[in-house]
Amino acid sequence: MSGGAINDGALATFAEEVGADGPVACVGGRTQWSVGGAVEAGTREVRAPAGIAEYEPAEMVVRCGAGTTVADLDAALGEKSQCVALPAWDGATVGGVLAVGRSGIRRLGYGPVRDTLLEARYVSAEGRLVKAGGPVVKNVSGFDLCRLLVGSLGTLGLLAQVVLRCRPVPAVSRWFAGELDPFELRLRLHRPTSILWDGTTTWLLLEGHPDDVAAQAAFARAPEVDGPPPLPTGGRRSVRPSELRALTGRFVAEVGVGIVHTAEAQPPAALSPGAVELNRRIKHEFDPSGRLNPGRSVLA
Amino acid sequence: MPDALVADLRAALAPERVLAEPLELTLYARDAGIIEGHAHVVCFPLTTGEVQACVRIARAHGRPFTPRGSGTGLAGGAVPVEDPVVIVTTKMDRILEVDEEDRVAWVEPGVLNLDLTHSVAHLGLHYAPDPSSQQSCTVGGNVATNSGGPHCLLYGVTSAHVLAIEVVLADGSVALLGGVDAEPAGYDLRGAFVGSEGTMGIATRIAVRLTPTPPAVRTLLLDFLSVEGAAATVTGIIAAGIVPAALEMMDAEITRAVEDFVHAGFPRDAAAVLLVEVDGLPAGVEAAAQVVADVGRVHGARSTRVAADEAERALLWKGRKSAFGAIARIAPNYYLHDAVVPRTRLVEVLSRVYEIAARHRLVMMNVFHAGDGNLHPLIVFDRRENGVMERVTAAGEEIITACVEAGGVLSGEHGIGLEKRDYMPLIFGEADLDAQARLRHAFDPDGVANPTKVLPAGSRCGDLQRVPEGAWI
Repeated sequence: MSGGAINDGALATFAEEVGADGPVACVGGRTQWSVGGAVEAGTREVRAPAGIAEYEPAEMVVRCGAGTTVADLDAALGEKSQCVALPAWDGATVGGVLAVGRSGIRRLGYGPVRDTLLEARYVSAEGRLVKAGGPVVKNVSGFDLCRLLVGSLGTLGLLAQVVLRCRPVPAVSRWFAGELDPFELRLRLHRPTSILWDGTTTWLLLEGHPDDVAAQAAFARAPEVDGPPPLPTGGRRSVRPSELRALTGRFVAEVGVGIVHTAEAQPPAALSPGAVELNRRIKHEFDPSGRLNPGRSVLA
Repeated sequence: MPDALVADLRAALAPERVLAEPLELTLYARDAGIIEGHAHVVCFPLTTGEVQACVRIARAHGRPFTPRGSGTGLAGGAVPVEDPVVIVTTKMDRILEVDEEDRVAWVEPGVLNLDLTHSVAHLGLHYAPDPSSQQSCTVGGNVATNSGGPHCLLYGVTSAHVLAIEVVLADGSVALLGGVDAEPAGYDLRGAFVGSEGTMGIATRIAVRLTPTPPAVRTLLLDFLSVEGAAATVTGIIAAGIVPAALEMMDAEITRAVEDFVHAGFPRDAAAVLLVEVDGLPAGVEAAAQVVADVGRVHGARSTRVAADEAERALLWKGRKSAFGAIARIAPNYYLHDAVVPRTRLVEVLSRVYEIAARHRLVMMNVFHAGDGNLHPLIVFDRRENGVMERVTAAGEEIITACVEAGGVLSGEHGIGLEKRDYMPLIFGEADLDAQARLRHAFDPDGVANPTKVLPAGSRCGDLQRVPEGAWI
C-alpha cells in the first residue's frame, strides 16, 4: 500500500480551494447535474482530487480521490478481477455518484450505492477536512456519517477522498430477454443481478459460475441478448417493488428494487413532516450559511 | 415520599409496567458488559404512544431517558447514566406484517432476532444479521448497535437490512425515517439512526429486509497447526475472489473449550480452526468450496472436514456459537473485546494480542469473524482475584491501541457505548467528532436521549458538556 503524504497534500489543497466563505459547488462528471435542482448562478466551482491512493486486492477495499471517474477506478480494479458497485455513467466520478446516491441497474444483485462507502474524507462548510467512517469492511465506531453523506448532493460536505468496498468480478455475466413474467422470475431465481421490465419484455442479468448461469437461463427460457435496453432519462420514480405490477405507459422498471425510469419528469417524493424537519436541522447543523451547492436540495 | 415521576409513568402506562423498587432497578443497572449505572425508574411501554408518553414524562420531570432491548450489549450502550428513565422495548414484540413479495417485514423493536428468522422460514426467507446472541437480542437493539454476526461477511451488517424506522424523537414526536421503496427522499436518516445507540431516539417500528435462503450451502472446518496458517488462509480466500457467507476463526484454547463443551468433533490439538461457509447456487458453491479447501491446503491445513448434511452443519455452528457458554467452565468472568483490523494484518495483530495477554498474566482466547478482520479477543478471569480488574482493563486498552495502530477501528459490531467512548479520539480528530456531535444535536438538541454515550465529553467544538456521573467500569 502506498499513498500518504502526496494524497494528504492534495486533500489539503482541495480544502483550501473550498475555503470557508462564499457559495461553492463541487463538480464531477455532470452526469446527474440537475438532480435536486440547479446550482445558483455564479457559484464558484471546485473539483475533488482524482487518482487511486491505496489498493490492496486481498483487502477488497480501495482508497481513491472523489474526483476519480468510476470507469478509471473499475479499469484499475479489473486488473485484479474486482470492481465497485457504483454505476459507471459515462464520465461519472466516484464522488459525484456517491453524492447523488442513485444506484445502477445492478442494485438487485449488488445492493445500493450507500453500502459501498466505508470511509469518507470531506471538506466541511468551514473548510475543514473531516473524516467519517473507517477503512475496514466492518465498523460501528461512532455515528454513521458515511450513510448521511451518500445522496446528500454535496449539501453537507464536499467529498474529497473515499474508501470503497470492492467486489469480485463474476466469472460470467450474461443478459437474457423475452416476454417473461418478471415477478415470477424474481421469486424463482436465486439472487439474479438485474431484472428490467418495460411492461412487455423482461431483461435478465445472470452472473456467477457458468453452470449456474446456464441452469438459471434454461429455467427462465429466455434467449441471450447483447445487453439491457436503453433507459428513459426524463424521470425516475421510487416505489415499493410490488407496486411495479400496476405500471402503465412507457417505462423501464427495475423489478425487485422498485425504481421506474420514465421519459417524462417525475414529481419529488413526499416526506413526513417529522422527517422534513430533521432534514432541515441536519442541513443547518452542517452548513448553517447554505454555502455548499446552493440551490440544490435533497427535498427538491 | 411518592415520586411524582414514577406516579406519572404509572398513570400513563400501567402500574405493573413501571418498576421503581431498588431491587428491581439493579436488574437494569448493567447490560451484558461490566459497566454499572443506576436507573431512576424502568418502564415497559406497549405502543408507540406509550413510548411517547414515557419520553414526555421524563422530560417534564427533567430526566433523560435510556432505551433498552434485551440488554445483551457489551459496550454499555444500555447502561443507565444520570439516573434516567429506562425505556425497555421488550414487550413491544409483535411481527406486524410480512410481505413475501417485497421481502419486507415490519416488526416492533422487541421482536427477538431469531424469532423473526423462525417466523419467516416457511417462506424460504430469513433475517440475515445473526449476532451470537440472536436467541435473546432484539431487533431494536440490533438497530441501535448496527449489529453484525458471522454471516454479515457476505450479507452485510444490520444497516444493510433495515429499510425504514419509526422513531420517537427526544421531544416525544414521531418521525418515519427511510422507507420501503428503493430511494426514499431526503437525507438517509435511516442510515444515520442505525448504530446511534439510543442517542437519537427510540425505534418503535422497524421495516427489515428479508433474505432468501440460499439453495446450496457448504460448511467446511479447516484445521491448522499454526495461527499464521489459518490467518494466511483467510487472506488467501478473499484474494482468490471468494466472499464466503461466513469465515470464522477459533484459536487453540477456545477450540479445546468448545470441544469439551459440545463434542462436535473439533480437533483438540489444533492451533487454530477455520469455520467457512459458502452459499448460493450449486455449481458456484462447489467451486468456491474447492478453492477454500485448496487455499487451506497451501497454507498447511491438516484436514478439511465438509459438513455432510444439515445436522452436521448445525453441530459445527453450535460449536462456534457456544463459545461463550464453553468458557464459563474455565473462569467465572470474561471480558470480550471487539475491534476490526485490515484482514492482511491479522497475523501481526493476533501475535501482539497474545503478547499483551501474556505480559498481563491473563488467559486469552480468540474466536472471531476473521473474514472481515473483526477480532474478538476474550479475556477470561475471576474478578474475585485481587487486582485482576486493573490488569484486564490495562490489557484491553493495549489491545485497542494495537488494533488502531494496525489501521483498524474501535468496534466492528458491539458499538462504542461507554466502554470505548473515551477511545474515540484514537481514531477521530476534533473536527471528526464535532461532525458526529452535530448529527446527534440535529436529532436531540438537548442531549436527553441516552446521554453521555458514544461521544466523549467536549466533542462539540465550543460546547460545554456535562461530565458524566454515576458510571464506573
